[in-house]
Amino acid sequence: MFHATLPTLGGHGLQAAGPMEQFEILPLFELTAGGVDISFTNSALWMVIGVAATIAFFTMATGRRALIPGRLQSVAEILHEFVANLVRDTIGHDGKKFFPYVFTLFIFILVANFIGLIPSIPGSPHDLHTFTTTSHIIVTFALAMLTITIVLVYGFAKNGLKFLKLFAPSGLPIWLMPILVPIEVISFLSRPISLGVRLFANMLAGHIILKLFATFVIMLLGAPIAFKALALFPFLGAVAIFLLEFLVAGLQAYVFAILTCIYLSDAAHAADH
Amino acid sequence: MDVEAAKLIGAGIAAIPLAGAGVGLGLIFGNFLAGAFRNPSAAAANQQTMLLAFALTEFTGLLGFVIAMIILYAF
Repeated sequence: MFHATLPTLGGHGLQAAGPMEQFEILPLFELTAGGVDISFTNSALWMVIGVAATIAFFTMATGRRALIPGRLQSVAEILHEFVANLVRDTIGHDGKKFFPYVFTLFIFILVANFIGLIPSIPGSPHDLHTFTTTSHIIVTFALAMLTITIVLVYGFAKNGLKFLKLFAPSGLPIWLMPILVPIEVISFLSRPISLGVRLFANMLAGHIILKLFATFVIMLLGAPIAFKALALFPFLGAVAIFLLEFLVAGLQAYVFAILTCIYLSDAAHAADH
Repeated sequence: MDVEAAKLIGAGIAAIPLAGAGVGLGLIFGNFLAGAFRNPSAAAANQQTMLLAFALTEFTGLLGFVIAMIILYAF
């Protein structure tokens, strides 16, 4: 649809693609297993790059384990401390065993968000453009479902059927139960949806706006000479949005981690209230 | 009416939640700042709650965006 509204800009060496084109999933190696398409795609490629970069960074940073940390080790320690504090403050004493999960989740989302902000190499083929894996709802929803599954399994394993007290807070007048319990159940069921959609929609919206501003620049550069100077304004807008996206990339990883902690804390303390 | 035109109008209407999200975010940050100026020593401890409220409020606006995208591309 966007393709139809954008003019073709031949003759300038510039090509304006639709804002949705950056989210296209393209297979790099075709693979099928039992009739199911399991091709290695650009999405998978950038996930692997993100994980490899993370492993490389932490291996390097914690390789020397100096008493007085160097620059790399400081960064690793700050990240570790940050998530450890988060887990300790929200879940409390029971939180320690969830630290590896929350830390992995936080770092994975953070790195995936930031990788999406790296500009592609000009002239590189479309299927090797940088790709934001978290801008696909299947990725974020899978992460959210993982969290909720852990909450459910851990909640029932730790509290038994008392986990269901989560839906009926104690001290509630009995006549309020028929109203409040369905509300609590619906709010619990909407958790994976809101968790997944929040991250996905933030990334999608940010990248679409970024691309739209970039398209305005190209359209104005293709305009008659009197309008060319106006291209500066959308360019400055794109820079501002880019800075905002940096903030959002970090913030959304943080929000995902903290909400995971809150849900886990609910599961850990369901029988207490 | 043309279906394509109706789609575009619907997507535009789906952007209205942004107004509510904008008001909500303004309230959150404004009230946080008002509280932080009165008692700066307590500000750092409440930052986490503020960011959480920010994320939850922002979600209402984003839902509008998702609905607009569904109207434009899924039908």
